[in-house]
Amino acid sequence: MFDFSIVTKWFHSLLTGVMPEWAAIGIECFIVLLFIILLYAILAIALIYGERKICAFFQCRIGPNRVGKWGLLQVFADVFKMLTKEIIKMRQSDRFLHDMAPYFMLLASFLTFACIPWNKGLAILDFNIGVFFFIAVSGIGIVGILLAGWSSRSKYPMIGAMRSGAQLVSYELSIGMTMLTVILLNGTMQFSEIVQQQADFGWNIIRGHVPAIIAFIIYLIAGNAECNRGPFDLPEAESELTAGYHTEYSGMHFGFFYLAEYLNLFICGAMAATIFLGGWAPIYFPGWEGFNHVMSLIPGFIWFFAKAFFVVFLLMWIRWTFPRLRIDQLLSLEWKYLMPISMLNILLMALVVCFGLTL
Amino acid sequence: MATTILFFILAAIILGCAIAAVTTKRIMRSATYLLFVLFGTAGLYFLMGYTFLGSVQVMVYAGGVVVLYIFALMLTGQQDNKETHKIGLAKKAAALIASLAGAALFLFIIISHRFANTTLLENPSEQTTSIQTLGQQLLSTGQNGYMLPFEAVSVLLLACIVGALIIARKR
Repeated sequence: MFDFSIVTKWFHSLLTGVMPEWAAIGIECFIVLLFIILLYAILAIALIYGERKICAFFQCRIGPNRVGKWGLLQVFADVFKMLTKEIIKMRQSDRFLHDMAPYFMLLASFLTFACIPWNKGLAILDFNIGVFFFIAVSGIGIVGILLAGWSSRSKYPMIGAMRSGAQLVSYELSIGMTMLTVILLNGTMQFSEIVQQQADFGWNIIRGHVPAIIAFIIYLIAGNAECNRGPFDLPEAESELTAGYHTEYSGMHFGFFYLAEYLNLFICGAMAATIFLGGWAPIYFPGWEGFNHVMSLIPGFIWFFAKAFFVVFLLMWIRWTFPRLRIDQLLSLEWKYLMPISMLNILLMALVVCFGLTL
Repeated sequence: MATTILFFILAAIILGCAIAAVTTKRIMRSATYLLFVLFGTAGLYFLMGYTFLGSVQVMVYAGGVVVLYIFALMLTGQQDNKETHKIGLAKKAAALIASLAGAALFLFIIISHRFANTTLLENPSEQTTSIQTLGQQLLSTGQNGYMLPFEAVSVLLLACIVGALIIARKR
């Protein structure tokens, strides 16, 4: 597998050859920022198009097909429409907080986005406490939702924000527990190390067999809830709350919420791919030399994107198949079922690792 | 050089937001400024290469304490009242004396404390304190182990949960 850190190290030494180190780091930070924003926009467009098409196929419709071939330009048209819309200023709202709330959502999703390992040696933030950092910064989004609901000074956003806060705080526990299960298996919290181990010893979902599969299913359920997507889309239940916490937003401020929602979906899928499905590690079967050789020729980031989009497809499938839950059902699902199951699952994984029963 | 520039940026953010947090008249804005102060502090920890403490800062304060504040403010339904009460001279004098005393105590500790190991701060590195060392120290019963405080905090949190349940249960 090609190690991308060769390229980044070469670029760093090239820059430090002609300028002081702090200027080199500054330029590198700027390039990384451009990279993140560009990828963010491209992924959002791809995901919105994918969601509309997949949703249409699940509902026996065709989906967008007028703008461009197969409706490919539909999302661009929507983006330009949103950019030209007026941002409405309401008299009773707290303008400062109202304008700031979308940026909290963006901050949380940029920071979690930066944790993802794209390829061997290609990760933006690779702390030795990576998983912990990921869980910590994903909590910033809750502040954004609560502030959006509160500063709108309107009933629907308020109720939507309260529901959303309760939901996100609860389901974050399950996400943390499933990630702990994986940490137990790998013995490290660094994302690059987790993926490297999977490349060496096999994907976590196979290596950890029963507890890993249980953790993967719980992660999918909790991840869907973390992204505020159906069957857990209560915070923005259209039939009851018009649009939930972003009812009073218009123009690009609404666009930011929309963008962050879709990117959170991708981040959820990418994290599942990283910690369960081996990240950039290719498929290997012991003994099949020719097959393994062909698989290792495919670059790591293609493997990564394929796995991430596979999980994203699973999440969309769940969304367009199940009916919406009630708020009390939603909270009892987390606190009475998912939490105890994931706690027992950690115990099971600890026993499996302790007695060396991993595959 | 880069670290110094970043330190001054973070310090300016922390100071500006801390002043804004106590001078603003709207309580929700105050909570938001407090959040920025806490983020700035987390940034300082990251600057020192102490990523664990930085993450804890973000998780406990941004994900926990400030969300709790905002929730409590939303639930109590207090819309901010713009008219402020007149504060008497005695109260103003008391506030001034209290803040001066606080500043004096703070300065005394900063000046009199000799900071050991300043060489570590000149070359910040993540590797100084690894997560393995932290975990083993936290659960060790030997010298410099933190087993007893860890358990004491657990019991305290359990007591809080039981207390909250008793207050919130249906009668």
